This record gives sequence, C-alpha cells and structure tokens, in this order.
Amino acid sequence: MKKRAERFKLYEYGIFAAVTAVTVIVCVCLGSVSVPVSETVSAIAGAVRGLFTGVAPPETTNASVIVAVRLPRVLAVALTGASLSLCGAAVQGLLRNPLADASNLGVSSGAAVGAVLSIAFGFSIPGLFQAGTMMSAMVFAFLSLVLILGLSYRLDYSLSTNTIILIGLIYTMFASSVTSLVVTFAGSKVQSIVFWMMGSLSGAKYRDVVVLAVSLAVFGAVIFRYARELNAFAIGEDNARNVGVNVERVKYAVLIAVSALVGVCVSIGGSIGFVGLVMPHAARMIVGPNHRRLLPAVTFSGAVFLMLADLVARTVLSPRELPIGVVTSFVGAFGFVLIFYQTRKGR
Amino acid sequence: MLSVSNLTVRFGDYTVVDGVSFSVSPGEWLMIVGPNGAGKSSVISAISQAVPYTGTVAFGGRDIRTMKAKDVAKCFGVLTQRYAVGYSFTVEEVVRLGRYAYSGGFFRRGEEDAERHVDDALRLTGLEALRHQSVLTLSGGELQRTFLAQVLAQDPPLLILDEPTNHLDLVYQKQIFELISRWVREGERAVVSVVHDLSLARKYGTTALLMHKGRLVAHGPVDDIISSEHINPVYSMDVRAWMVDLLSQWREGDEA
Repeated sequence: MKKRAERFKLYEYGIFAAVTAVTVIVCVCLGSVSVPVSETVSAIAGAVRGLFTGVAPPETTNASVIVAVRLPRVLAVALTGASLSLCGAAVQGLLRNPLADASNLGVSSGAAVGAVLSIAFGFSIPGLFQAGTMMSAMVFAFLSLVLILGLSYRLDYSLSTNTIILIGLIYTMFASSVTSLVVTFAGSKVQSIVFWMMGSLSGAKYRDVVVLAVSLAVFGAVIFRYARELNAFAIGEDNARNVGVNVERVKYAVLIAVSALVGVCVSIGGSIGFVGLVMPHAARMIVGPNHRRLLPAVTFSGAVFLMLADLVARTVLSPRELPIGVVTSFVGAFGFVLIFYQTRKGR
Repeated sequence: MLSVSNLTVRFGDYTVVDGVSFSVSPGEWLMIVGPNGAGKSSVISAISQAVPYTGTVAFGGRDIRTMKAKDVAKCFGVLTQRYAVGYSFTVEEVVRLGRYAYSGGFFRRGEEDAERHVDDALRLTGLEALRHQSVLTLSGGELQRTFLAQVLAQDPPLLILDEPTNHLDLVYQKQIFELISRWVREGERAVVSVVHDLSLARKYGTTALLMHKGRLVAHGPVDDIISSEHINPVYSMDVRAWMVDLLSQWREGDEA
C-alpha cells in the first residue's frame, strides 16, 4: 500500500471542487428543457453580477428558468447531499460502525416526527415561509438526541456506542409509529405529508439555500474540527480515551452538530435515505479512512451524488418527476451491496 | 509516580474491586496477578478512566480526575488485549494517533516532533516495513505490536498493560516482553501490567500485587508475592508443583 497523505491537499480540494462545479452546471443545464452550457453560465454570471451591481440582467425565458428555478434547486440539493454525507461519515467514525447513519441514531426519525406534526397541524412562524416545519424538525431532532443519550446514559455510564445504536434503533421504530399515527389523523394533509416523507427538493428557493449553507458552514465546521478525534473513535472508543481524547465532549459535540444538520436537511428536503450511509463508503475507497481526508472528500462527493440523483429523478420519466428519495434508495441499495462485496474481497 | 488509594469499582450491587491501594515508583514493573474474577482488569479500567470508581488515582500527586484528558495521556499509556479495527487505517496512521495528546489545538502545533516519535516507535517494534500496510491485513501479533508502537509514540513515563500478550504465540510474547523490559530500563519509567502467566510475572516483574475476589491479598517484591505461601491459597492448588509437572512433561517429550 502506498503512503497516504495525512491531510487533504490543496490540489485535491481543487479537483473535488471542480468536479462539483461541473456537476452543478450540468444539472442546471439539463432538465425538461435543456439549455446550452454557454447560456447557462452567462445567466448565472449575470445573476451574480446583478447581486453586486444592483443591475438586473436581461430577462429571457431560459435565464428565468435557470436563475429562479433550477439553480436554487440544484444548490439546495448539493448542500443537502454534502450535509447528509458529512453526517454519515461523522457518525460512522464516531460509532466505529460502517452501517451507522443519522437515521440509525433516531435523529432523522425524530426530525421527521417534528416536520410531519408541523405539516399536519399547520405550525407556522408569521412572515417566515416553512420556518415552522424547519424549527419543528430541528427541535425534535435535538429532543430525540437528548432522549436517546439520556436513556443510553441511564443504561450505560460510559455512553458506549453499542448502547447508543441500540437505543437509537428502538427510538427509530417508536418515531416511525408516531409518524404513522399522525398521518392517520392528518385528513386532507396526507398527500403533502406522504410526498414530503419520500423526499423532494423540487420547490427549493434561495432562502432554503441560504439556510442549508449557513447550517453546513456552522455545524460542518464543528465536525471538521474533530476530524482527528474521529480517527481515534474509528479505531475504538477505549483507544480514543487512551490517546487523550475527551471522549464525552467530542461525542456530544459531534452528535449535536449531526442532529442540527440533519434537522435542517429533513425539514427542507424530507427524509432522503442512503446518502449518509453509502457516500462515506465510496469516499473511503478513494481517500482512505483518515477523517482529515475523508470529511472533505465525502462533503464534495455527497453533493455530486445527490445532484446526479436529483437529475435522474426529474429527467428519467420526464415530464413526470420522481421523489429524490426513491432514486437515492434505489441506487444506494445496489451501490451499497457492490461496495460491501468489494470491501470484503479487498480485505 | 502512580498512587492508587482505596480504589473501589462497583457494577450495580456487585463490588468487583474493593478498597485496593498501591503505588508505583520509577524503575518498577508491577505485576497484578490473581485468578479469573479477581478484579485485575477492573483496576486497569478504573486507572484509565474507562469505568466509574470511588477512591483516588493520582499521578505525580495530582488526582487524575482533575486533569485534562490530554494531560492524563502524557502521564500514562494503556495497552489492552481488546483491539478490533474496523477501517483500513495504515499502521503509521494508527501509531501517529499516539501523538494526539501533544497536538496543539486548532492550529495543530507540535507536529514536527511527531514524525520522530512515530519513526522511533515503528523501529522499536519492528514495524517499519509494514508502516503503509492496512491494519486489516495484519496478524494478531502484528496488530498488538502496532498498538504497542502507538503507546510508545505517546512516550509516557508509565505503561499500563492489560494482558498485552494474551492470544499471542510464544515468539510474539517474548518479543513484546523483552521490548517493554528494555523500555522500562531507559530513563524514569515504570510499568503496571495484568498477567495470567505467573512465570512471566516472576521473570519480568520487580513487584507484584496479588488479588482475589476484588481484594488485595499481598503486595511486595515479586519473588516474595509469587511464592507458594501466597499463591497456593488463592488458586486453591499447588501452583509450583503444577508448573514443575508441566515442565517435566515437556522435557520428556523433547528427549523422546
């Protein structure tokens, strides 16, 4: 095996960023109506220039579609993919379990309960569109985490990862039954709840992009801050403690950051499965398990994967659109089996 | 160096370690011995802060519960028998984690020194040729040496070992004990280790602590403690006669 660099190098950031940027352009170009790359780039550049100069770019139909509809959607998808993949990598490292994901912890299910309650009962914050759903999802994600950690602590002082996963799985089942109960009594809201539960970012707006970007910048920075500690956890919690990691503090910080990121993503895009589970495995095959390299790689590759999944969702049966969660689960399930077999063979 | 006083570990209503006290000085290799269920590994777990306990564990006069995790790691390194790595880290990546306690926060100062310590640890444990190999491909002995190298890279004055050669063949057993024996003789260093093999304890230890059913039975120079007088009542058998019998069987086989 060749020597692996300890950190992600500048040129590697460049390569991953370039691939992500190209994917953004491709996904914005393609759709029910395909727009040439030059026109797409020019429309985006005009809109960006307009932001700084205050001069509105010349309006064409294609430019409007690109700037007002496709770009915010593609950016929201990219940020959601990056966030969910980053959370998956963090949780898999923290719990030393390659099958762990934010959904295993019960955080996604908790956020979903909050969002479904909000949609069913029409919680809203005056003047802020969808803020009620978002706040409700975040609050329930946090409360779920507090409940899971509290129960785990009652059972096991050391908050061992096995206990957290076990309680998380039990909580996931409980949260799913609560969601089903709410759906049963949701009346006319059933259709919008079901569509939301399958995951969709089709109506994403720039305000969603801003919220996703800010949450990724803030909570993602917390996870990146603990990259080295996640390496120690990925080898074993006892080993992490022995080399000097403050295991309780790191565990709380990473889990809170993950629950906040997942809460935001779930409230905006619904439950999108498999991204957080599969992408860390794929990225690990490219850059290795060292989290100082894995976290940047998985952030970019998660964004690329979800953008491509969204492209398939809106073009494969055009003009009909599939929920993005269907595509990620379909591709993810096959991809995961493939990765699992290759990893086992590679041992 | 290390001072443990009135250490008690309880799991629910069950007391696994009951008021154990001892201290360790530089140059000492303390062997903690006793039959299964004596509480030996629980003493190690309590010292390494992996289980809740009452009593005091102090290093250099400071209660380690008042110290930061990184400072504790600079005082002692812990090598256990339970390692199962799930991801394909390289040997070098695992060993480098031993320098975590010396990394300086967000800007990661102190990394220049890390390379030297990592190289030294890999050389001492004979792992230089495997440094870029995935730990998933290592044998049990190589994996145990990898974690020993991590502890050596940590460069603490005290090593705490919980049956470090359990499940290893005689070659690796000898290699690891010889290596630690050389390490403890260099500078102001000490070792506390749990061992089942009383012959190994007598050969390498300077002092011994005999435990039975969570309690300290005897503590003192290794030759005094690992003697028929102390050992036989605890193990409920004539240990020396059994060892001699085993050896004589082996000699007869060898001669045949």
